[in-house]
Parts: sequence; C-alpha cells; structure tokens
Amino acid sequence: MENTDQRKELKVSAIENGTVIDHIPSQSVYQVLRILNLTEYNDQLLIGTNLESRKMGKKGIIKVSNKFFKSDEINKIALVAPSATLILIKDFGVSEKKKVEIPSRVEKIVKCFNPNCITNVEDVVTRFEVVNKDDLKLRCHYCEKITAKDTMTFK
Amino acid sequence: MKNKSLVSINDFTRDEHIRILDLAGNFERRPKQRILEDYVVATLFFEPSTRTRLSFESAATRLGARVIGFSEPGSSSVQKGESLRDTIRTVSNYADIIVMRHPREGSARFASEVSRVPVINAGDGANQHPTQTLLDLYSIRKTQGTLDNLNVAFIGDLKYGRTVHSLTMALCNYNTSFHLVSPAELKLPSSVKMHIKERQLVYHQYTEMSEVIPKVDILYMTRIQKERFQDPMEYEKVKNSYILRNSMLDNAKSNLRILHPLPRVNEITYDVDDNPKAYYFTQALNGVFVRQALLAAILGVVE
Ligand SMILES: [Zn+2]
Repeated sequence: MENTDQRKELKVSAIENGTVIDHIPSQSVYQVLRILNLTEYNDQLLIGTNLESRKMGKKGIIKVSNKFFKSDEINKIALVAPSATLILIKDFGVSEKKKVEIPSRVEKIVKCFNPNCITNVEDVVTRFEVVNKDDLKLRCHYCEKITAKDTMTFK
Repeated sequence: MKNKSLVSINDFTRDEHIRILDLAGNFERRPKQRILEDYVVATLFFEPSTRTRLSFESAATRLGARVIGFSEPGSSSVQKGESLRDTIRTVSNYADIIVMRHPREGSARFASEVSRVPVINAGDGANQHPTQTLLDLYSIRKTQGTLDNLNVAFIGDLKYGRTVHSLTMALCNYNTSFHLVSPAELKLPSSVKMHIKERQLVYHQYTEMSEVIPKVDILYMTRIQKERFQDPMEYEKVKNSYILRNSMLDNAKSNLRILHPLPRVNEITYDVDDNPKAYYFTQALNGVFVRQALLAAILGVVE
C-alpha cells in the first residue's frame, strides 16, 4: 500500500495548496481543463492521464496549485466527469474531500443538439435547465428542446 | 402583463390567459378603439406568413397604432447579413413593441433578451406560436361557454404540429380529456403525453376518427404532410383516413365545433363549410381580437 502510493507520487507530484481533481475518466481530462478555463492557467498545473486505478481501470487527475473553485464552477465538470472527486489541499495535507454534483443549470459549455436552434446560428451563449440528473437531460432555454447524454457535445 | 414579452404559452399564467380572453371579448364587441394612437408596432417577419402578419397588422391598425417592419427578410438589412441581435436592438429604438416571426427555434426568446421593448412571438421555427394557442382557447371558450371539463379531439399530425403541442399544454389547466387520433407514425410526442399525465389527466389514442366524433365537444383538425413520412407508401395508405366529410358528423353532439389552424389542404371537405359546426373561419377572425388584447395589455393601455 505504502509502496503504490509512493510510486503514484512519482508520477504526479504533490502540491502545497490548491485543488486535486481525481477520478476523472482519462478521455475527459482535456475537456475538464477547457470547462474550467485551465488551459491558460498561469500557476503550477499537473495533469495525469491513463493512470492506473483500482476503481476505474484507467483514470485522469488534475492538480491545480493555489486555486479553489466555487461549487457552481466546479459542478460543471460533472457533465463529463460524474465520478470525479475533489480534494482540497492545504499545506500538503488534505483539508476536504467531496464529490462533484450535477448542477441545476448549465451555461456556455454545452452545445444545443438542435441544428435549427438560434444558439447554433448566431453567437448566443447557451443556457440549459437540467430536467433530469440521473438520466442526464438538459432543456434549452431558447429552443426548449431536450439535449440528452447521447446527443450532448461541448463548445 | 405590462411590458412582458410573450414568447412561449407558459410565459403567461392561467389567470393571465383568462385575462387576455376577457379583453379579447371586449374587442370583439367594439373592434375599433383608438387606444394605441401614440404607439408604433413593429412587425418583423424573417420568414413570410401573410395570414399571421395581416392579423397582427389589422389588430394594431384597428387600435390606431402605426405599423412598421418587413414582411420577408429579402427586403431588409437581414439580407445584408445583419445579425438578429443587431436588427432587434435597432428596431427596439423605433417601436414600442415588436411582433416577430423567425425560422429558427429560440429566436424569439433571444430577441426578448436583447430588445428594449417587449416582444410577441408570432412563430419561432417549429417551437412556439402562442398567439395561435390563445386564439384557439378563445374559440373554444366562445363556442362551449367554458374551458373546463371538455372532451377535445386532435386529428392528424400530432407529432410535428406545434399548434397541437402548445394547445394541449394550455388545456391541461382546465381538466380536459384528450382524444388523440393519428397515424402510428405521427403520434403525440411522449414529452407532451408526460405533461398530460403529470396533471393527472387522461388521454386516449386512436387511429380511426369515426368512433371519436360522437364523444367530443371540440374536433381540432390538422394537416398531414407527405414529407413527414419515411415511407411514401405509408402516406398513401393513411391519407384518406384523416379527412373529415360532412356525412361523418351525423352522430356528433350538438355543441361540437370544428377547429383548424388553417390553411387547410384537403383534410376537411368543402361540404363541411356550410355545417353550423364548422368554426375554422370564425376562429381565424378571433385571432384579430386576441392580438388586439395582447397589444393593449402588454403596452399597458388597459388594466
Ligand atoms: Zn436550443
């Protein structure tokens, strides 16, 4: 146990203060970075993909130094990484752990699936109400049509 | 309702719907009241719809308002590639209220958010057409004396008809029993049926019109379009099953009235037109009174 933990540490080093987003599906890591606007982050950022995980097989992890997210900001990633866990780090120690939750409203990040929706024709910020959290369904504020998990794409 | 946009039928409460119907009744009794003489109404038709536009312009003119706008995008700056956002912002400097029709779904909601003045949706793609729904409610109440506890049949294309969807939603406020007659391919979408169930109301589905006619108070006919069928043979098989002929009305209740959003193609034969149960032309006229009521209420010139 001690041994595997140490080996993991070698792969992705520890941060002093900040947020660790763990248990991200490997293929969603870059999407999570985009959703959280971390692609141009100016402080230390550590990214791991295809790491071994007993729970998930392969997983991704992101460690963001000196950044603590607001919950409505971080909950956006639940759409692509519902399994993600957040670990808040203070002085190299775990200060809090929590799961992400699917928010009741989603803005900007999701595209409406309806090609005839005004948001796909003109430069309009998308807005959705989450009408079903278990079997993910978003109702477009504009065209009122439902974008479901299988038709969902990200901006 | 003052300064409130009407984009979706659910933007107004049940009480507000009733208020509009009552006001429309006043305008039916006295259609010419010059209460909007100081007002400018813009009608922006990004896709042509002569019927709806004339109905709005007639409503505005009868109230003394000035009407500006365009009847198709070709005659406007839209053709030069101006965005909807910019067109609406510009026009909302010139008018007190905007009536718009647009081929994209969600366009009216977006316009209501960038406009300085209220917006009335006169149809946004396949999404909403709330003034049609209000004139349907007006016609139902007028012919039946009430909106409560009625048996209403919808016939034809129940899948793609936005008119049917939003009238069904609105009628769910009035303990309606729904009778849904359509080919298997064109059934009412499950999202709308869910809405009926959530309100603890009942619906029955049929593929034949004949057994429904004696049971109902309102027969709401719609047009079946060939393009809606994957298999053209299927259309050929069903097309004659959803045509209403005068002889089919012998067993109907005396209070039954036939509605249709118009234009019709062949789904109601001409021999029905002279039957006192035919109400579809009056229904279209009612649209003017309902639109007068909306303009007056949203501009705040009536209480
Ligand atoms: Zn949409």
